[in-house]
Amino acid sequence: MNNSDAANQYVVFKLREEYYGIPISYVKTLEKVTDITRVPNAEEYVIGVMNLRGEVVPIIDLRLRFGFEANEKSEDARTIVLTLDDLVIGLSVDSSSEVLTIEDEDIDSAAKFINSFEDDYIKGIGKVDGRMIILIDIHKLVNNKLEAN
Amino acid sequence: MDMSQYLDIFIEESKEHLQNMNQILLQLENDHANTGMINEIFRVAHTIKGMAGTMGYTHTAHLTHEMENALQLVRSGEIEINSEIIDVLFQCFDKLEKYVEAVESNGNEGNEDSEELIELIKKIILKKDTEKNVQESSDFSKNQTKLKVDSHVENAVKRAWEKEYNAYLISVELSTKCMLKAARAYIVINELESIAEIIYSSPSIEDIEDEKFDLEFQFIVGTKADDKVIKSKLKNIMEIETVLVDDLRENNILEFDKINEDTFAFEEKSDYDDRSTSVEKNESNSDEKARKPKVGKTVRVDIERLDNLMNLVSELIIIKTRLEDLDSDGTNSNMHEATEYLERITTSLHDAVMKVRMVPVERVFNRFPRMVRDMAKELGKDITLKMRGQDTELDRTVIDEIGDPLIHLIRNSIDHGIELPSIREKLGKDKDATVELIAYSDGNSVVIEVADDGAGIDLDVIKKKAFEKGTITSEEYQAISDDDAIKLLFNAGFSTAKVVTDLSGRGVGLDVVRTKIESLGGNIEINTSLGKGSKFVIRLPLTLAIIQALLVKVSSERYAIPLNSIKEITTICESRIRQIQGNEVVLYRNETLPIKRMTEIFNVKEKADNNRKEDETLVVIVKKGNKTVGIIVDDLIGQQEVVIKSLGKYLVNVDAIAGATILGNGSIALIVDTNSFF
Repeated sequence: MNNSDAANQYVVFKLREEYYGIPISYVKTLEKVTDITRVPNAEEYVIGVMNLRGEVVPIIDLRLRFGFEANEKSEDARTIVLTLDDLVIGLSVDSSSEVLTIEDEDIDSAAKFINSFEDDYIKGIGKVDGRMIILIDIHKLVNNKLEAN
Repeated sequence: MDMSQYLDIFIEESKEHLQNMNQILLQLENDHANTGMINEIFRVAHTIKGMAGTMGYTHTAHLTHEMENALQLVRSGEIEINSEIIDVLFQCFDKLEKYVEAVESNGNEGNEDSEELIELIKKIILKKDTEKNVQESSDFSKNQTKLKVDSHVENAVKRAWEKEYNAYLISVELSTKCMLKAARAYIVINELESIAEIIYSSPSIEDIEDEKFDLEFQFIVGTKADDKVIKSKLKNIMEIETVLVDDLRENNILEFDKINEDTFAFEEKSDYDDRSTSVEKNESNSDEKARKPKVGKTVRVDIERLDNLMNLVSELIIIKTRLEDLDSDGTNSNMHEATEYLERITTSLHDAVMKVRMVPVERVFNRFPRMVRDMAKELGKDITLKMRGQDTELDRTVIDEIGDPLIHLIRNSIDHGIELPSIREKLGKDKDATVELIAYSDGNSVVIEVADDGAGIDLDVIKKKAFEKGTITSEEYQAISDDDAIKLLFNAGFSTAKVVTDLSGRGVGLDVVRTKIESLGGNIEINTSLGKGSKFVIRLPLTLAIIQALLVKVSSERYAIPLNSIKEITTICESRIRQIQGNEVVLYRNETLPIKRMTEIFNVKEKADNNRKEDETLVVIVKKGNKTVGIIVDDLIGQQEVVIKSLGKYLVNVDAIAGATILGNGSIALIVDTNSFF
């Protein structure tokens, strides 16, 4: 693996039956779901904060963020900790276990899916070995809330 | 030589000197005759010049040099200090401050020169000259053309000054009837040499002796004698048309070579010489310097405090050894004793570290006299600023943040609170208004008050405006209490609208002030009395990082309530809680106490399995100023020291939550923002 590849690498995770991808450069760590403290009066999809080695990190449940139904967290559930500029945020997902390389030419633009509920946050659809990976626009996902503030 | 290691010292010291200069200027403004002050400013300017010169900040050095020139004239009593000069000095001060700020943020002073200011200073100096020339009624002005001299002459002049000699430029014009010009000139030179040392002559002495000159010649001399003596001596010589003696200090008739001028600061004193080369080198790689990141914040610490810290650390080491020993023959009571000891040390250590971080509020207050002066002048109001308790100490981080809110409040007071002198007289008030800035510590917090004796706030106008804006309904308009009306001022909507400026101006940005102060963990209150003035009371915590908190349980969740906001903890009977206008209230010690339930505030769904008697509830009474609210919690866990952590930028403005803290077992407890209950 060389450096030029890193730009096209995605951490792939699963929500319901679909696979999603986040550019690996944003991902700080992958954590098992630990003790989460609920934050009252915050948005519904912010399920709380967790203690990540002394740092207080807010956790977003992506299921709720995308408007899916909540679920009981299974053994496979993971928290993907992202660093975005100076923000540190955790995304709670159903499972995550692989990193895939998706070349730019294998990514379709998101314009075709304009009416789907998560359309705002989709950057494109990556195709790898016949699988479809929904690539998420992290900035939009996070900043929409920041702007609302 | 690399200068960057001195950068911090330069910034810190220049700031101190500038602060000093600012204070003196303000005093000087009220007391023009105080020569001690002038000497002090001169000394400060000189010190900064030296420091800037060493660091290679030529603009700063240049400007201070010119200031010195002007101040020297004031010192020698040749210029009277007037408000015009003080204004220019203030401008110089502003400029110097800008340079230092630039150094702080970029690592260099920037490219902006201060020619305009220097022109102003020169004008002051020249003005004195022209006045003098008029007195002399001399048509000799052609000699005012600048004399070009090289650095040797300049150095000689400077050396003369250092030895407290006067340096004069003497221009002599011989009478047209003079027959033996060389002989006459020779007498002049002889006469001069008897009382002075000739540094320079134009034309040269040889040329004068060879009669290679027209009717006039000039000398630069160093002497202990004053100009009148020289003048009278020379006037006694026959066949001399005019004699003009100019002090070089008050005069910029000398035009030094440009290069010399730029590096004068290094040549001036011989011990700077070896540094000047390195300074130039520094300039050449200024590109590199430009990339230098922001300079870190520093705190000056009393050595005694550091010693104290050191002592505590050694005690910590002792207890560590003791705990290690316990391992082998540890009984429970020994262990208990040791942990108690450890606890005492950590508490003292915390105190000691906090003290190291403490800075007197003077640091913030110092800029206000100047600001008040400028504003008062601008608005044509007579205002005295009284400050008390400048030595009250606050955490450095709080000090850095509190400046802007205070500026805001003081501006508000001066701009909108205080009436024009004519109106004040009509109202029978003292024409001279007072703005008071008072700081004092009160328990675990520091209080800063901004008070004025101006018009006060008209609550009726506020109510009316709030009603018009739709902030309150008509019923509320009728029923609203004065306290609540004042609170409207802090409303976010209130601050942005122009409405407020029409009203009285109060409220412009008060929302911002409140937000800032609350983000520092403090609160703000207004006391106002129409026609008599208003007082803003800011209450700030001593420190931000660590607080004492009460841990409480609400259902299965744990929350921390800052101890300094808790008034008392009590139990009341559930049945005594009454509903009044949809709010729960209880009569407690003969006063009505509003009741809030944590479970409702925090939307806790599950019910706690409370093992207390059905009817009894635990109430934590929290205070804000003189107001209290009872908070119903399910259980108390205990008092604990907690380290405050922010929830991060993603979770800002979460209702009723001030932050989070990590508990001993690694889980997170949220810190309750009790201010939001009022």
